[in-house]
Amino acid sequence: MNKFGGQESPPSAMDHKASAGLAQPLSQLSRGSVGRILAVQGGEGDVERGLLEMGFVEGACIEVLHYGLLGRDPVAVRINQNMTVALRRSEAKAVLIGPLLDQSAATLLTTH
Amino acid sequence: MTAGTLAAEGFRPARIALVGPPNSGKTTLFNTLTGGRQKTANYPGVTVERKSGLLKTPIGHTVEVLDLPGSYSLRARSPDEAITRDVVLGRQTQETLPDAVVCVTDATNLGQHLRLLLELQQLGRPLILVLNMMDIAQKRGCQISVDALSQQLGIPVVTTVAMRKSGVRDLLNQIDSLLNRTSTQSEATAIDWVEPSPEAIRAYHREVERLLQSAVVSEGTPERLTRQLDRVLLHPVAGPLILLALLFLMFQAVFSWAAAPMDWIDASVVGLQQWLSTHLQESLLKSLLIDGIIAGVGGVVIFLPQILILFLFILLLEDSGYMTRAAFLMDRLMSAVGLNGRAFIPLLSSFACAIPGIMATRTIAHPLDRLVTILIAPLMTCSARLPVYVLLIAAFVPATTVWGGIGLQGLVMFGLYATGIVGALVVAGVLRLTLLRGGRQPLLMELPSYKWPNATNVLLGLWDRARIFMRRIGTIILSLMVVLWFLSTFPAPPAGATEPAIYYSFAGMIGRTLEPLLEPIGFNWQIAIALVPGLAAREVAVAALGTVYALSGDEGAVSDALTTTLAHSWTLATALSLLAWYVFAPQCLATLAAVRRETNSWRWAAFMFTYLMILAYVAAFITYRVALALGGG
Repeated sequence: MNKFGGQESPPSAMDHKASAGLAQPLSQLSRGSVGRILAVQGGEGDVERGLLEMGFVEGACIEVLHYGLLGRDPVAVRINQNMTVALRRSEAKAVLIGPLLDQSAATLLTTH
Repeated sequence: MTAGTLAAEGFRPARIALVGPPNSGKTTLFNTLTGGRQKTANYPGVTVERKSGLLKTPIGHTVEVLDLPGSYSLRARSPDEAITRDVVLGRQTQETLPDAVVCVTDATNLGQHLRLLLELQQLGRPLILVLNMMDIAQKRGCQISVDALSQQLGIPVVTTVAMRKSGVRDLLNQIDSLLNRTSTQSEATAIDWVEPSPEAIRAYHREVERLLQSAVVSEGTPERLTRQLDRVLLHPVAGPLILLALLFLMFQAVFSWAAAPMDWIDASVVGLQQWLSTHLQESLLKSLLIDGIIAGVGGVVIFLPQILILFLFILLLEDSGYMTRAAFLMDRLMSAVGLNGRAFIPLLSSFACAIPGIMATRTIAHPLDRLVTILIAPLMTCSARLPVYVLLIAAFVPATTVWGGIGLQGLVMFGLYATGIVGALVVAGVLRLTLLRGGRQPLLMELPSYKWPNATNVLLGLWDRARIFMRRIGTIILSLMVVLWFLSTFPAPPAGATEPAIYYSFAGMIGRTLEPLLEPIGFNWQIAIALVPGLAAREVAVAALGTVYALSGDEGAVSDALTTTLAHSWTLATALSLLAWYVFAPQCLATLAAVRRETNSWRWAAFMFTYLMILAYVAAFITYRVALALGGG
């Protein structure tokens, strides 16, 4: 089941690339994009653990909700439909997003 | 021996620590559990507040409840979270290991909050899991099997509705039964603990997934209102405009709403003075009482309404969840000068008072980010500057309206606030490019769901602020007023004196000594005198001016409103110069002490004092000269 079915956002706002299956960093996604986290990479310092502790973990569903005005920064991201987290694009680079598949497929992806 | 019997025999009460992620409703739960029986102290060495309170369980245990700072993980990232970690691990000095930990989680966000519980469970200490905000979860159709969760975890699990007394009954019962079977023998043994690795955190995530699959009966529908509100409030264009409008409304309210209570306080002070003046014999004591203490303290108490209104707004914004949105909207602008969006919250608090603002910077993990925020916090116009602003604006700015209904006086006030803000941003940018270059902290900040502010939380917060302010009046300000009265009364003028009495006093001497230094920025000796006690606390300067002018005139001048006196005896250029001075001048010993405590060095306190002093002098000089050139003499 598509967890994001019935959202108010118009379908045109959905990001094609995120749905098309190409993995890309969270920092590249546009507003309204949905996807599943494929990997959380080291990044600088303790960014990895910080991201993991805020719920950015492999397999979690995300949706890009809002941007700031200047430089479209920071970004507000909904994680698993129940928590919204704000982060800067520089940190969002560390989160790799893939298409929104069902759980088993996502697990398969991350184990390869 | 159990904690219960210990308590019954008059030993220390059993102690329970409330631990939970931010936005889990932990503080609301704490307030409901302990009611008004709370006290706030500081942990030694740091200014993290230690909030504790007493509660009586149904079967009569007295329990001390500790409200620990919110934290997503025991891996502390800020000084605040470090306290939580150290208390829970028994590492905190002067704090024994709690007898039990109550882990408070938001029932609507268990997927994120249960991870902290798993970390706590590793410690092997008595533990209770609270699923808070159960009413909201149920309203969204979310069903959780408490029994299944309790069985899987092997610890007591209770649901609470922290806003209602009846909503915490289960928790109280669980605390009772836990205390009945827990021994308190394990005193003061610190627990071994290592920071979880990224892999360990991922393992916790998987464990939470597994737990939820067996315990969550139905997930319910996600909340819609917050999404819809954020669409407007976080809109790239509308969002910042709304924030600006909110701040403008807040400052307008500070002035218009506070007018009536301020009049009442003023009337009572004047009434008291008149009553004493007719009923007391002419003496030095009478002068001390009326001109020194009552005039001085009264001149400061009058600002309590404004301080409370400002804090009311801040508490409402914080409790409703909007404050993090403000931080989101401000982050980019602030990161341009090397600050973190999180710095917005301490800086906004600094508008009420720099001290709680500086204390609030402990949520900023990165030391450099934090230091810059501390150093610019005093540039936010604190409420202690309001007395000076209000006095001078009332005396020199006409009460007309411009641009269709905006009060000119309010507009000037807004301008003064804006000057402080711009100054702060410039200083931050310069510091970040020179002395304090270096890395920054990631933003990573939860935007919690909006909720109606909780009345108890807001009222207790306000009460706390009022108490701190009144204590300040009772101690620092009262003693300064007595000292100032002494300085301005003795020695008595010589026979055949031609100048007012105060001219010959100690205060007059100090003022006249400083006068040449302050003459280039347009200050007369009366201002110079008022600045001396004003160095201890800004608002004292108004009371000091009152004393200086009341004592230097004849009987009639005492009852004359200070406003009128100033309007007659100062030029516009002098008034504007003093306003500019007050935007920057570091006239608050308590703030400098707080900076020393937070940065753990006098060096930074001295640095702050020096740079602010230079800014103040330069700003006042430019203002005075420009005003003179434009005919404001």
